[in-house]
Amino acid sequence: MNVRLYLAQRLTAAVMVPLVGLHLAVIVYATRHELSAADVLARTRGSIAWALFYGIFVLAAAIHAPIGIRTVLTEWSPLKRRSADGVAIGIGLLLLVLGLRAVAAVVLP
Amino acid sequence: MSNVRSQLTVSLWRGGEDGRYQSYQVPLRENQTVLDVVTWVQRNLEPSLAYRFACRVGMCGSCAMTVNGRPRWTCRTHVSRVADDGRLEIGPLENLPLIKDLAADMRPFFEKWQQAKGAFAPSKTRHDPIETIRPDSPARRAADAAIECINCGVCYAACDVVRWNEDYLGPAALNRAWTLVNDVRDTANVRRLEAVAASGGCHACHSHQPCQEHCPLSLNPTASIAGLKRRTALSFLKGEIEA
Ligand code: SF4
Ligand code: SF4
Ligand code: FES
Repeated sequence: MNVRLYLAQRLTAAVMVPLVGLHLAVIVYATRHELSAADVLARTRGSIAWALFYGIFVLAAAIHAPIGIRTVLTEWSPLKRRSADGVAIGIGLLLLVLGLRAVAAVVLP
Repeated sequence: MSNVRSQLTVSLWRGGEDGRYQSYQVPLRENQTVLDVVTWVQRNLEPSLAYRFACRVGMCGSCAMTVNGRPRWTCRTHVSRVADDGRLEIGPLENLPLIKDLAADMRPFFEKWQQAKGAFAPSKTRHDPIETIRPDSPARRAADAAIECINCGVCYAACDVVRWNEDYLGPAALNRAWTLVNDVRDTANVRRLEAVAASGGCHACHSHQPCQEHCPLSLNPTASIAGLKRRTALSFLKGEIEA
């Protein structure tokens, strides 16, 4: 890991700490109030705030996770650094696409 | 019951990477160090045994070996403290290539010391007046806390990241870099910070501290490396170094 990756990992972690807290609070709220899927969608569809909230969350996770995975791969797998980079970038892109699709599914009107 | 025992059973690594442990009986003495045991075997049983020492008083850092599974300075390690039921297993330092028997090849260790820009780069000549350094200044205190390293390689042998990542500079070289980063007389800090901010530098450290736990001088390379992580991150954000 170099200083760029280090900063990217720490900054995305700092972004995600409050987001994770809020995300958990949302889950607790939704279960406490027994919201149905339709109730949830009624609140999220067309909402720029929810789009931003989960959009930023997905982006931060898609940067943060592959940096850690890359370290694990370089230390614990026989992969060469280049291949580890490739696998980590692939996983990052996968997280990004899956995450943004999920966000789009709940916020697009 | 070590007071009734008169012999130690000592296994020493013999040969190169494909060697094996060989067992010897060594008379037990009072105040005997692990280095005394190795020397006794070399003088009395195995004249060809290869191992390294110089000062025998914990100054030179040349006598480190793996003793019952842990890296230790052997000249200052008493047998009574480490023998397990009268048994000692002594091997070469880990994470380094092996020359023969108990002598590890220290070259990668010192090459990384160079790579981390561990050499002092003076800003003055012998004709300039001596610069006054306040011993209580924060920078000097940080340097002093890390300066007593004897290059024994114990931390390097104890570090898992060294084992897993061949590019990792390791605790001793980074600890040394941190002392120089805090030395106001040094002129090489941009290059030094760039060297330790690169891949394999301070950011590869997991801060899990076996280096500190095993350092015979109770230094804390983890803290020095944490200092480097902060300093390089700040310098990078300010545009003072390139990465
Ligand atoms: S704290 Fe860092 S230098 Fe020390 S043993 Fe762990 S990874 Fe190695
Ligand atoms: S930091 Fe401690 S263990 Fe590491 S080389 Fe220096 S003295 Fe030895
Ligand atoms: S022989 Fe010098 S430190 Fe052990």
